[in-house]
Amino acid sequence: MKIKFLLFIGSMLFTTFVYPEQNQNKLLEVYKNLRCLVCQGQSIADSNSDFAVTIKLVVKDQFNQGKTEDEIYKFLSSKYGEWIVYRPTFNVNNFLLWTLPYAVLVFGGFIIFLLVRKTKHNKAN
Amino acid sequence: MKISISKVIIFCVAIFFLLIFWQGLKIKSNYDTKNLIGSQISKFQLTEIDNDNLYISEEELKKNKYTLINFFASWCAPCRTEHEYLLNLSNENQKIKIIGINFKDKKNNAIKFLEELGNPYNFVGKDSKGKISILFGIYGIPESILVNSDLTVIKKIVGPIDQIQYNQILKIIK
Repeated sequence: MKIKFLLFIGSMLFTTFVYPEQNQNKLLEVYKNLRCLVCQGQSIADSNSDFAVTIKLVVKDQFNQGKTEDEIYKFLSSKYGEWIVYRPTFNVNNFLLWTLPYAVLVFGGFIIFLLVRKTKHNKAN
Repeated sequence: MKISISKVIIFCVAIFFLLIFWQGLKIKSNYDTKNLIGSQISKFQLTEIDNDNLYISEEELKKNKYTLINFFASWCAPCRTEHEYLLNLSNENQKIKIIGINFKDKKNNAIKFLEELGNPYNFVGKDSKGKISILFGIYGIPESILVNSDLTVIKKIVGPIDQIQYNQILKIIK
């Protein structure tokens, strides 16, 4: 009986304090990745404009309906274009944006390798 | 004159980045409604402004050859300027039905607004929290969306309807 009571209290505490906080953090993460289209360089999380308030309501509704983060981004992108999402999805148009930093890293490493080899070669001579 | 390979490579990389930035300057990075034209409107349910038991959904719009969905509010000044064009459309053309969606407004103010300026709408619904506006990709009002009987978006007008937009609508629906 005691164990059941403790489990009940534990689950109540979890749903009251831990679960809403987790949801709140997740929601905040989504808001931060959405651009406020009527603001100057602000995310939905930073803005209290009419548009941002409405988007927050819609995101919260969809989140409570069990939609995933990606599904929410997909829905909003279908209505407002990919511009609304700060982190663009990988596609043909922006593959350079995603791959270029890695390419530059490899290329930079190659240049450094060449320079080091050349210096060593000069010293040896 | 001897030119080292690494200098040539660095020069090429610099040119490449300059070209990317140059192209980047030309890209229009604003909210664009182009992606909505040709797409289907989302499912929705709209409650009548003065009667909570009366509502319409996207299914009703299939009966009309063309439907203009107009977002308005009594507090929106540009909505007043476009109102005469909406009245003209509803009076002079039977091919188009106009649905008004009252956006984040007080019921009494909206009714007063329509009494004062005239009611061009076949149905006036309310969107008190603005959630329906998101289904239509709205970010400010007035905005209007012209759909056909297949529920495909043919035209989206951001801002008030003016003479040019009005003529374009007439041209589409004639």
